[in-house]
Amino acid sequence: MGVRTWIEGWPVYRQLTGTDPLGRGAAAMSPRSAALTARTETADSMARSVCPYCAVGCGQRVFVKDGRVSQIEGDPDSPISRGRLCPKGSASKNLVTSELRQTTVRYRRPYSREWEDLDLATALDMIADRVIAAREATWEDSDDEGRPLHRTLGISSLGGATLDNEENYLIKKLFTALGALQIENQARI
Amino acid sequence: MAEAHPVGFQWVMEAKERGAKVIHVDPRFTRTSALADLYVPIRAGTDIAFLGGIVRHILENELDFREYVVAYTNAATIVSEEFRDTEDLDGLFSGYDPTTGTYNPESWQYAGQEHDGVRFDTSTERETAGGLQHESHGHPVQGRPERDETLRHPRCVYQILKRHYARYTPEMVERTCGIPADKFEEVARAWTENSGRERTSALIYSVGWTQHTVGVQYIRTGAIIQLLLGNMGRPGGGILALRGHASIQGSTDVPTLFNLLPGYLPMPLVKHTTFTEWVESIRHPEQKGFWNNARAYSASLLKAYWGDAARPDNDFCYDYLPRMTGDHGTYRQVLDMIDGKVKGYFLLGQNPAVGSAHGKLQRLGMANLDWLVVRDLFMIESATFWKNSPEIETGEIVPEECRTEVFFLPAASHVEKEGTFTQTQRLLQWREKALDPPGDCRSELWFFYHLGRVIRQKLAGSTLSRDRAILDLAWDYPTHGRDDEPSAEAVLFEINGYEVATRRPLSAFTQLRDDGSTVGGCWIYCGVYADGVNQAARRKPGREQSWVAPEWGWSWPANRRILYNRASADPEGRPWSERKAYTRWDPDKGEWTGPDVPDFEKTKPPSYRPPADATGVEALSGIDPFIMQGDGKGWLYVPSGLIDGPMPTHYEPAESPVRNPLHGQQANPTRRTYRRPANPTNPSPPEPHSDVFPYVFSVSRLTEHHTAGGMSRTVKYLAELQPEMFVEVSPELAAERGLVHLDYAHVVTSRAAIEARVLVTDRLTPLWVEDRVIHQIWLPYHWGGEGLATGDSANDLFGITLDPNVLIQESKVGTCDIRPGRRPVGKALLDYVADYRRRAGLTGDHRTPILTTDAVEREKP
Amino acid sequence: MNRLYGPLDPAPDAGYQDPPARMGFFTDTSICIGCKACEVACKEWNGVPGHELTMLGMSFDNTGALTANSWRHVAFVEQPVPAGRQTPAFAGTPTGPTIAPAAAADAVTTTTDTGTEPGLDPGRHPDSAARMAAGPEFLGMPASELPGRQPGREERTDLRWLMMSDVCKHCTHAACLDVCPTGALFRTEFGTVVVQEDICNGCGYCIPACPYGVIDQRKTDGRAWKCTLCYDRIGDGMTPACAQACPTQSIQFGPLDELRERAARRVERLHAAGETTARLYGHDPEDGVGGDGAFFLLLDEPEVYGLPPDPVVTTRDLPDMWKRAGVAALAMAAAVAVAFLGRPA
Repeated sequence: MGVRTWIEGWPVYRQLTGTDPLGRGAAAMSPRSAALTARTETADSMARSVCPYCAVGCGQRVFVKDGRVSQIEGDPDSPISRGRLCPKGSASKNLVTSELRQTTVRYRRPYSREWEDLDLATALDMIADRVIAAREATWEDSDDEGRPLHRTLGISSLGGATLDNEENYLIKKLFTALGALQIENQARI
Repeated sequence: MAEAHPVGFQWVMEAKERGAKVIHVDPRFTRTSALADLYVPIRAGTDIAFLGGIVRHILENELDFREYVVAYTNAATIVSEEFRDTEDLDGLFSGYDPTTGTYNPESWQYAGQEHDGVRFDTSTERETAGGLQHESHGHPVQGRPERDETLRHPRCVYQILKRHYARYTPEMVERTCGIPADKFEEVARAWTENSGRERTSALIYSVGWTQHTVGVQYIRTGAIIQLLLGNMGRPGGGILALRGHASIQGSTDVPTLFNLLPGYLPMPLVKHTTFTEWVESIRHPEQKGFWNNARAYSASLLKAYWGDAARPDNDFCYDYLPRMTGDHGTYRQVLDMIDGKVKGYFLLGQNPAVGSAHGKLQRLGMANLDWLVVRDLFMIESATFWKNSPEIETGEIVPEECRTEVFFLPAASHVEKEGTFTQTQRLLQWREKALDPPGDCRSELWFFYHLGRVIRQKLAGSTLSRDRAILDLAWDYPTHGRDDEPSAEAVLFEINGYEVATRRPLSAFTQLRDDGSTVGGCWIYCGVYADGVNQAARRKPGREQSWVAPEWGWSWPANRRILYNRASADPEGRPWSERKAYTRWDPDKGEWTGPDVPDFEKTKPPSYRPPADATGVEALSGIDPFIMQGDGKGWLYVPSGLIDGPMPTHYEPAESPVRNPLHGQQANPTRRTYRRPANPTNPSPPEPHSDVFPYVFSVSRLTEHHTAGGMSRTVKYLAELQPEMFVEVSPELAAERGLVHLDYAHVVTSRAAIEARVLVTDRLTPLWVEDRVIHQIWLPYHWGGEGLATGDSANDLFGITLDPNVLIQESKVGTCDIRPGRRPVGKALLDYVADYRRRAGLTGDHRTPILTTDAVEREKP
Repeated sequence: MNRLYGPLDPAPDAGYQDPPARMGFFTDTSICIGCKACEVACKEWNGVPGHELTMLGMSFDNTGALTANSWRHVAFVEQPVPAGRQTPAFAGTPTGPTIAPAAAADAVTTTTDTGTEPGLDPGRHPDSAARMAAGPEFLGMPASELPGRQPGREERTDLRWLMMSDVCKHCTHAACLDVCPTGALFRTEFGTVVVQEDICNGCGYCIPACPYGVIDQRKTDGRAWKCTLCYDRIGDGMTPACAQACPTQSIQFGPLDELRERAARRVERLHAAGETTARLYGHDPEDGVGGDGAFFLLLDEPEVYGLPPDPVVTTRDLPDMWKRAGVAALAMAAAVAVAFLGRPA
């Protein structure tokens, strides 16, 4: 830490009077260079995370500055990855800060050629209505022999193996209570 | 492994530095091959022939670790005299029913258990992916089967195996796999010489093994070898599944799968009309092992789901669970979408338009829904099928005629939420949240919690019986922050389980009860919140603890890092060798000890032998290391639980240019097929016209991309590293077909034609198979029409044919043609593919034959 | 006194008193898995722009070269030569003649817009690319017709896939620095060579001066950009981004003296294990650039990886020139200094 030398004065003076008469080293160091510090050192916070790509489970450190992710790199503490990341893991900051990331709800009306905007709360409400309607239209109470089925085959779900256990738990719990059986995952694929 | 799991590969490189020999078997020379000591090119889809050759090598030369094999496996167990092998029946086991295409496995049982009242219904088991339910346990074994520990009895498992693999000679391996016999022998020698008391070998596989019509049996063959060589439950040994997604292990443990509930509890079948019937089907009252407590696991799960409403007197609301009647898997669902049976579809961080087999059917299914909800970070192909799919170009999807209403909801990224991933070694790691998600981006936790809340509000007051399950649901998680995010820790606490009266967290699944006094959302995860501490969040640096690193995260079950590690000690509880010491019995303390959590009852001595009438855990003797199996033994032979046979046998892939060299039965006779004109299978021998699709193709990943590309083709630093879809061909195939490096070529199957840039490379080689030259081509499957780097999707080439045990599709091998130049566009593309179908005879009422031997007829008296 | 040739510890020479140990990279290509984590980690940390999406056909290399927009570059070389395996990769398979020379010859004619000058220059001659891809034994010309139709070529049996992460060499005698008229390029206290983005005016003198062809200018701002050996990170005691990410530790960072010792031991071990082609590149303080701050363990001739076999600092003869030009330069500097000092505060 802090091994950088700070030399007062302006370059030509330093060059002529200092130890670097050819001006290729200490004398040529610009104020910006002299003030450089790793941005991980000046981050507001650091979260210990896990890479979202494959299942090796490499440790990541996520640095945040001014409400933005400023760096994601390997966590040297991890006995799994020892601080290392592959190209995908190394691109994680690009993944979460990409300009291509969608940050608003998009809605495609039936038979339409274009997306529209939609308020998140409205979208949630519309989806709830559709789940209820699909369930009602396709509900199966019992089979031909009168044995309980208690299900709908009118709703499907697929994904995702990059979700948290807690998320998958709630997904399965809610869908099971709704009688929605056709819940599938990348693990089938 | 270097390609798809580079950071995990650091340990292989470290082992190599210490003298380990690295062998890589793959149809194509990859970045892993480049670093391996021995590279073995293989014809895609012939792994059982190859591995079966290793089994034969072990058995013929008696190279098995005999003491381990006798004590810890079912090698000595005597099998029914009614059993007939594929060697007797030209590729079929006894009990095949051609009308259902499945087996009655009664004759496969251990002697004396053939007709013991346990009902087998492999047809239903296939429909419901029954094999997956047994992921952590075997099928039931009643009582004490007869054993011959001299291994000489002609019907003991050891001798049956020996006969079964007798024809898998190096010459047969060469004829079938295209691997020269001397090279095969080099592998066999290296593997066997590096196994035993002093040494262990590890076997690593990935979806190159699972995505086949005999995928489960591939892994079974690996298990047979590793058991015979004594490589299971020992350090440096084992079979390691390298899983491809951050929490794909977690999403089978805490499943979003149709046939499973958390902790591999099966979703009930319609025949399980009562709670007790359902539970008894899991625990099998007379069986050994920890599954015997399934009633406690099940009751605690229902208690977690329905809270106060779930009571012993109402069977814990068992009636609220939906029932399976058959195949409800993702591919069945897609066909039902096309048929208009499915109204709505949720895609949660998943891109089946690119990632699933037969992309066209995936997209046509989406185009025939009432509504589709896509939750993702990026605008993926599955969200834009109605405006930007290949079917728009061909006119098969017309936006003005497509009624599907699409909701795209942006998702929170992994740094914008907290929770646990379960990585490939069953290790749960908690992620801290770095910052709030932008804009409308939300976690799945948020979406599903609030969706459930809104649905419950809308249904409040309903008197319909079907709505009781949703209204009685325990759905009161605390929320916090700007977006009312539900607490992931509260959910993890419920998954862990707690005592209802005190809300005290449980520390082990042995504390779960069947009387309603405990909640447990996923019994195998019980302990992750032991002592009220989030054990998954533990981050003691690796350098500050033992090499096992037990204080980093938490692994199920009970924080064990190596499963079945009782097997690392000999029957008396002593390490097999000091070099490979791990778990051992400490006679002074009277307990099992070692660097890991012993995978055995801590104080049960090696000398323990159960009373004759014991069941469950009590019935496990001191020398039964495989504590989740019905007999405590590692299974070389699987008397039941598998749809397609008790031992792996070589079948050709569903599409192959080669006649099965071993049997009249060409391909897996129990594979799951879906017959419809849009899902043809390219002809294979003995059918005519297999020459229309003369080449073998395989697909897999590149280091620089991730699965269906949604998280890599959208990321500029990754997209530029592999910017275009390409196809790898050998120089020999390039010459045969006139393909030029960097020009375009197109690949054709009976489903699709896709184009790609040509990479002619020495890394691919033709193979000699049955005195013929077989060419293999390879494609990455990452591309689609959205994102920064776009291209045709390789998965469009595949049809839908599944492994019968787990309903996973065969998407690692198929047959194709390849031609120079770009593919036709628009309607001409449809005509082009139709012409291939016509030439291959795949028209009208063509049916791909399943049974290609008359052995069944011959078997009849 | 400052010197421009021969062995030297560059930081004291550049005026640093009691500088920290000279830091550098040792890139061991024998354990590189070609994953390109280094390329990405570098870009993420340093905010390096991307480039156009073009497939180059140089095996798995679609970056092409070190440029102002790629400060690490992983080269891939497919060679039909023995790779030290007991049994060759394709022994017993019906293989024909190799494609590697023809594919490499094709690939050197491909290019992509890197957004830089001179950027990705096809540069190498197709013939020489073909020769490199076939390894030391290759004798013929690259294929002019489709592979498999050429008679008389031996069948390939083995394959070696070389991968190597290239980077700025941080020469002991750095010609780029010597010719930089603005002082934008400077020697750090760690002995590394860094372009200061706040000084560089885009004159481009450094570009032809580099004996390795590393330095390149961005078209957007005209400035020269290259590896800084993560000057900001190492100043805070951290590891450069590429070395930190490298999954197999093919890229190692540390005090140069330690790295040189480690590298020598590694070569000995590889030789003992039969990897007789292993050799170091850029480690020797007696070489034409006084030794590199970033040096390599290679498994073949440097040219095979696109490295010059015997680089010489292009300013080697500068002292002689200075005898004539030096007086004038100093007089000019003094005049400038006086002009500044004469200004009112």
